[in-house]
Amino acid sequence: MRHPAEVVAPSRIRHLPDVIRFTNVAKRYASGTGPALEGITFHIARNEFAFLTGHSGAGKSTILKLMYAEERPSSGDVRTLGFRIPSIRPDEIPRLRRRLGVVFQDFRLLTDRTAAENIAFALEVTGAREDVIPQRVARVLEQVGLAGKADAFPRELSGGEQQRVAIARALVNDPAVLLADEPTGNLDERATRGVYQLLRDINDAGTVVLMATHNLELVRASGKRILELRDGTLVFDSAADQGGEP
Amino acid sequence: MKLVWREALLSFSRTRTLSVLSVTTIAFALFVTGLFGLVALNLRGAINRIEERVEIVAFVLRGTPSQGLAVAMEDIAAFPEVLSVRYVTEEDALAQAKQDLVEFRDAYEDLQINPLPPSIELRLRPGFRDAAHVGEVAERLRGFPFVEDVRYGRDWVERLDALRTLAGLVGGAIGLAFALVSVVIIGVTIRITVLQRAREISIMRLVGATDWFIRGPFLLEGALKGLLGGVLAYLLCLAVYAGFKAQGLGLGIGLEFFRPIHSLAFLAFGTLLGLAGSLVSVGRHLRKV
Repeated sequence: MRHPAEVVAPSRIRHLPDVIRFTNVAKRYASGTGPALEGITFHIARNEFAFLTGHSGAGKSTILKLMYAEERPSSGDVRTLGFRIPSIRPDEIPRLRRRLGVVFQDFRLLTDRTAAENIAFALEVTGAREDVIPQRVARVLEQVGLAGKADAFPRELSGGEQQRVAIARALVNDPAVLLADEPTGNLDERATRGVYQLLRDINDAGTVVLMATHNLELVRASGKRILELRDGTLVFDSAADQGGEP
Repeated sequence: MKLVWREALLSFSRTRTLSVLSVTTIAFALFVTGLFGLVALNLRGAINRIEERVEIVAFVLRGTPSQGLAVAMEDIAAFPEVLSVRYVTEEDALAQAKQDLVEFRDAYEDLQINPLPPSIELRLRPGFRDAAHVGEVAERLRGFPFVEDVRYGRDWVERLDALRTLAGLVGGAIGLAFALVSVVIIGVTIRITVLQRAREISIMRLVGATDWFIRGPFLLEGALKGLLGGVLAYLLCLAVYAGFKAQGLGLGIGLEFFRPIHSLAFLAFGTLLGLAGSLVSVGRHLRKV
């Protein structure tokens, strides 16, 4: 039996903040011919792993950019970890991003720094205490299975290993959410499976993972939630299809 | 702060060729501005020396009582424009004429009477040596009953005025143009370094570095490059100046170099340019990425 103080009234459960919530979001670019996104509504709950799928240009990256405040919606509301993106202040953006990890298809590593230095860089620029940096870097390198490659430069690593370094960098600040934009797009099948397994492990440890990909084979075999975009609209949400709230 | 220094110095060493190139570019842009500054400084010095010769001479009626004259001279010395007043007797005037006009020395020797009247010679304070002020003082002198005539070489003073205006205008315009060109060149140079590090900036933003944290190393790097460029440009200017002196050029007109305050201003200008160039370039980039 739970202690009375821990009981949350049913009316409040519905209002608990989601990790990410999109409400009727539209995004139009001034130069674009049509809207990049239209009428997008969904939410991502704690501990969730979801795929964002769709063809190139369907709006996957735009949705991710809205989540980490690289873009603002033209209309509608986007909330990430309680931050209201349409009205987020410039000084709040770094605070939001320190609680998020983002990885990309092209890894975005600094080529003139070693794996460990790339990861340490993410801690240094956010003002982490100098004495805790080495152990935190070692811990995430271990977590992504690259403990022996700390001193390797990106050019000395395979694509899969470079992506692991990028994931380690995203994880080093203990983010609540990991956003991955086509993280396996440049990888062969074996490396793809390895990176996917790593992302699942990260999710199992409690981090929300949202992965944009057009690797349908991987998505179908996963059994995870799927959000499918077509021409800027959300055409399928497996959670809604199974009776969940979209 | 330590990280800012480390990143700025790392960037210097990692992009050594580009850094050397940008410091050199900044140095040459500042060198041209510095050379122009030297020319302007020496030109102003020359004009000042010419100005010092501006003199008003009031010829005094012969037989003016010396007591009245002494009182009047005190009044004249109290004019705000007046630096010094000197009474020149008839004898002094003749002696001076003999000394100055060597060709006429014999003619002066043959004179039975001294044709030169006594006079009051006035020198004006700096800032009052233009035609308007000189004319005004001359007019006031004419008001004294013992003054027979006032001379100050109106044409000459007016020409000096024109020269001063021209030097000011041309100097200002060319100086401004040189400074602007330096600003543009330095801005472009720094923008190249910033562009080269666009990836780094985008990663810093992505992992949640604040804008000021991102700017820090770039601003420091820009300021250091500006300072280094300024030091190099200063040394180049010094070399050119020393070269001119060694050749014996300009000795007659007393060639001048920057005073310490000018030198400091020059280095501060370089540093500020580097800083401003970085601020603009990074700012633009922060909005763009």
